[in-house]
Amino acid sequence: MQSFVKHTGVVAAMDRSNVDTDQIIPKQFLKRIERTGFGEFLFFDWRFHPDGTTNEDFELNRPRFKDASILVARENFGNGSSREHAVWALDDYGFRCVIAESFADIFYNNCSKNGVLPVVLSKDAVNRIHQSVAAEEGYQLTVDLEKLTVSDSDSLSETFEIDSFRRQCFLEGLDHIALTLQHADKIDAYEQSLKSV
Amino acid sequence: MIASAPRTMFEKIWDQHVVHQEPQKQTMLYIDLHLIHEVTSPQAFEGLRLAGRKVRRPERTVATEDHNVPTSDRHLPIADPISRQQIQTLRNNCKEFGIRLYDLDNVKQGIVHVIGPELGLTQPGMTIVCGDSHTATHGAFGSLAVGIGTSEVEHVLATQTLLQTRPKTFEARFNGTLAPGVTSKDLILYLIGEIGTAGGTGYVLEYTGSAIEALSMEQRMTICNMSIEGGARAGMIAPDQKTFDYLRGREFAPKDFEAAVANWKTLSSDDGAKYDRVEIFDAADIAPQVTWGTNPGQVARVDSNVPDPAAMSDASERKSAELALEYMQLKAGQSIESIEINRVFIGSCTNSRIEDLREAAAVVKGKKVADSVHGMVVPGSGVVKKQAEEEGLDAIFQEAGFEWRDAGCSMCLAMNPDKLEPGQRCASTSNRNFEGRQGRGGLTHLVSPAMAAAAAVKGHFVDIRNW
Ligand code: SF4
Repeated sequence: MQSFVKHTGVVAAMDRSNVDTDQIIPKQFLKRIERTGFGEFLFFDWRFHPDGTTNEDFELNRPRFKDASILVARENFGNGSSREHAVWALDDYGFRCVIAESFADIFYNNCSKNGVLPVVLSKDAVNRIHQSVAAEEGYQLTVDLEKLTVSDSDSLSETFEIDSFRRQCFLEGLDHIALTLQHADKIDAYEQSLKSV
Repeated sequence: MIASAPRTMFEKIWDQHVVHQEPQKQTMLYIDLHLIHEVTSPQAFEGLRLAGRKVRRPERTVATEDHNVPTSDRHLPIADPISRQQIQTLRNNCKEFGIRLYDLDNVKQGIVHVIGPELGLTQPGMTIVCGDSHTATHGAFGSLAVGIGTSEVEHVLATQTLLQTRPKTFEARFNGTLAPGVTSKDLILYLIGEIGTAGGTGYVLEYTGSAIEALSMEQRMTICNMSIEGGARAGMIAPDQKTFDYLRGREFAPKDFEAAVANWKTLSSDDGAKYDRVEIFDAADIAPQVTWGTNPGQVARVDSNVPDPAAMSDASERKSAELALEYMQLKAGQSIESIEINRVFIGSCTNSRIEDLREAAAVVKGKKVADSVHGMVVPGSGVVKKQAEEEGLDAIFQEAGFEWRDAGCSMCLAMNPDKLEPGQRCASTSNRNFEGRQGRGGLTHLVSPAMAAAAAVKGHFVDIRNW
């Protein structure tokens, strides 16, 4: 997968909790059998009116967020369906990192298989970021996975946590399956033990 | 000695499946049963092909077609070419990699979480995964069943293992008994309303207590099914005599059944086992539930009113509720029973089993669906459908004015023509009331099968306890 070491980019804000994967990528796009090309369908039912015209009221359609590569939301981001298409869509649209107060488990896992970094920050920190985005057009953050920090050019500097295995996979862009297969002998031994009971 | 410390059922199953563990890292767990379907598997097989990998244990993976299949006119080819290609891709992949598939022509085809138990594939003590968040359903048998993403599907296919962070344990105990007319669907909606949609995040739920023990296997599956709606990675219920009786004689039940039962009996949580979190409820407090919002935690008793966001103290809860009421076209304070519906969907992996259909049929028998309502019944599997027809339930539904369809996910996620039109309001026995879940602009209220059936007859919600 693509690696993630350090990234600086414009922040787009979605001031909503419980953004579910049905919204991130609606079901009509799940019929595809490829992993690519989902970006144009990201948040489709929110980005576009039923007649196909752009919904100017939707956050991500604001011109100022056009080049955003970091998304900040609120709590429980990515809840609901296990569809990994949600992460593929965020990635393909151009997001390298999502910041929230909390994530749903499966979505968080799916992010870590695709090099899209999920960052959990405190409610206060997330609040501050929302305020900064509102106050300053083109507001940028730097997410540094080596130092485990999120910072801006002003005074914001927050630390975050991620388990060491996931961190290593992100930093080096490792293939989880190849890593597991390094332990094929242990899987063999486990399967042997099943036969003997 | 660790071995003598009391353990929860989750801990016993987890410990038994550890293949490899390094400090500070995720645990490599062995997966006993892997279920797949057409929507979340194609990219996984493609990944295997690109990397030149094989399926490690094809006999431990079982496939079905459910999410994107037509539920009527099955004798015709699938109309939508992209859907047809997705189904064909699954068939090709199963053939290429040697995986057993229950396709549309097989009477045993159905929703993956309905057929697993029905075939006896789902068994106590197993680790079970599927690229679908409602995999927790299988936990009703005392298995550890988790939903996974497509990359993890690929990982399981290639290695028969899954990397997992050890979740915390959460006991949800329901003492007492459910009142007549109150079902396991109401119990789980009530729980999600209490703990919130993220209340279980990071946990595996174990449902315990006399109210749970009193439930049938199918009712237990409804509860475990919606564990994910409370954010939990899995939900489980200890296996007991009902579990064993359910499995005995099923196609894939263990050959030496008595030996298996003896083993399964050791799985229940030990006396004195510690959970990371415990919540205790009185089942008698639970009334029939109806969701009013756009997530399953936005739920109320049928005999109450749509809540007023202005009265909510938490800012983000208030904002969610305001957005939900706007989307749902509801007014704060209006009574739940005054909400009029024009669609009814009885189906989904939550409530499409034979007992669910019996429950709904008993309500509509000899009655008519209201003129303003379009009702659909979609059995969970071909086997459920056949059984229902043998019992004459299809006739009851059709005489009442319901459509009687073939098995599949159908309007639970509305990937195909079974969907709501914008502004249509539906009483649904499924598990998600997200915006547009059942069709763009569609308005979904989650309820039990009996409540959905009663709403179909009256054209608005009614308290099934007074039926
Ligand atoms: S019935 Fe609905 S929730 Fe269940 S597996 Fe199908 S789409 Fe998922």
